[in-house]
Amino acid sequence: MAIKPAGTLYRGKVGMWSWVLHRISGVGIFFFLLVHVLDTALVRVSPEAYNIVIESYKTPVVGLAELGLVGAILFHGLNGLRVIAIDFWSKGTKYQSVMFWVVIAVTVIAVAGFTPMHLARVFGH
Amino acid sequence: MSVTIETPSRPRTRKQANWEKYGWLFMRVSGPLLIVLIFTHLVVNLVLGDGIKAIDFAFVAGKWADPFWQVWDLAMLWLALIHGTNGMRTIVNDYAGQVKVRRALTTTLWAVCALLILLGTLVIFTFDPCPAGASAELLASFCPAQ
Repeated sequence: MAIKPAGTLYRGKVGMWSWVLHRISGVGIFFFLLVHVLDTALVRVSPEAYNIVIESYKTPVVGLAELGLVGAILFHGLNGLRVIAIDFWSKGTKYQSVMFWVVIAVTVIAVAGFTPMHLARVFGH
Repeated sequence: MSVTIETPSRPRTRKQANWEKYGWLFMRVSGPLLIVLIFTHLVVNLVLGDGIKAIDFAFVAGKWADPFWQVWDLAMLWLALIHGTNGMRTIVNDYAGQVKVRRALTTTLWAVCALLILLGTLVIFTFDPCPAGASAELLASFCPAQ
């Protein structure tokens, strides 16, 4: 059984890794969504309750995690558009690899632009 | 190199609706809508103004005093939860080998989804931006208590 799997059109390439990243980012966003609906529901309890919990979103640790969240949302959304293009656009499969790198580039640029602004707010006073 | 796919032991009949197809389609229709809804949500809440620093009860009250943001957030709530839950269901179907485990996980997922949609919808529509008895400094500037 010690046969090293040969590379295929799919395995080990952009198609596989984009799928892996899509799953991981999706699961991460899902669990954040559960927490986020619950924390927002606190506005119905009292202004104090909501403010106390939302303050934790402004702490350094959570503030840094938010960069990861924003990055995950951007990647998942843009890669989702790539998946739709592969499914419905006749040239989708031809350009799927190029589209993956465009998705990565746009995500990295957007997060890079957001990071200094966001961290200044989180670490500033 | 070629892969032989076995003939399905139980071919699909056309007697019942193809729910997997509708699920597949829903992901592709809700996806682009969620991009517009969530990317705007991120820009308005995290980029414009003071971003995360400005978010408190008064900020939420300011948004939900406007029916536009009520409907916006309602659409986001429903679409994101159904999209996310269906995605999780796909993952469960891929990795949960035992039928009992798969059913238990899928049922839990949809129960949590329904509960949060109900909770969120109630919160959006029963929300009072200027609750009586709250300390004035926590309320939005348009509240009479201010």
